[in-house]
Amino acid sequence: MTEIQAKVAVVRFPGSNCDLDAVSALRTFHNVEADLVWHEEPSIGEYDAIVLPGGFSFGDYLRAGAIAARSPALKRVTEAAERGTPILGICNGFQILIEAGLLPGSLLRNNSLRFVCKWVAIRVENDSTSFTRGMKKGQVLRIPIAHNEGRFYTSKREQRELADGGQVVFRYCDERGRPTPSANPTGTLDGIAGVCNRAGNVVGLMPHPERATEPILSPFGSADGSLIFKSMLESI
Amino acid sequence: MKVVISNRDGAGDPEGETIYRDLVSKSVFKQVKGIRSGKFLKVSVEAADAASAKALVSKMCDELRIYNPAAHSITVEV
Repeated sequence: MTEIQAKVAVVRFPGSNCDLDAVSALRTFHNVEADLVWHEEPSIGEYDAIVLPGGFSFGDYLRAGAIAARSPALKRVTEAAERGTPILGICNGFQILIEAGLLPGSLLRNNSLRFVCKWVAIRVENDSTSFTRGMKKGQVLRIPIAHNEGRFYTSKREQRELADGGQVVFRYCDERGRPTPSANPTGTLDGIAGVCNRAGNVVGLMPHPERATEPILSPFGSADGSLIFKSMLESI
Repeated sequence: MKVVISNRDGAGDPEGETIYRDLVSKSVFKQVKGIRSGKFLKVSVEAADAASAKALVSKMCDELRIYNPAAHSITVEV
């Protein structure tokens, strides 16, 4: 038996639907214990890392992520974030982290007014966060997206601050790593697909790494999503 | 109380733009020059007067983040 080196919480809200995929992806790392934790459980803060999975928490009522952001879980996630615990928000999890104020900006409805579900390419813009430290800046990952509200937006001033402060973690790009307008699937500001907090331990992204951890699940035979989880384990 | 949440100008409004471009601008209502979409909340409040009700609802919208100030603006009316 491999010794357990990390305990990771995957937080389940009413309406989460990528939670089991995230648990399954994490369990492919044999030294990881991944628990599905109900959002009201006080134990959330006791884990080495926390994943907020995708889905439609609280039915996306008011705004995607807005109600989960005021749930007891996010008090504990905020305290853990302040202690430096690696925290990953995937899709709806990213929306929740933004609504909770742990990440900057906003996620608005896609320009197309459509739910966009497809494989895309993203480029690593910051390779020193808790979820990218095993990668190289400029590296291109193949990974799927599936969302309706993923158009990142913020003020021009904050956009500059994010770019200057290294808080843009991923940008959509073409196969050769160029962040062209045609490679931008949602009209997201400056091609932004993921951002981090100033300390780099809280990262949110719209793409789904948990759906890209096994070559058999990828049309490209890739497992690039694993790199994000491997980086997380290196950060614990 | 009536709360209207809409996107700030720079944030774009694809829904309002689509309603205008694909429906209204193709209709006989040529005097209509633009449409903005938003979200409407009707809030019931117990308060001494309209001013204090408005102050209370504005405070609630800020503290509970009923809107995201990075992208939205709100109007609060009696």
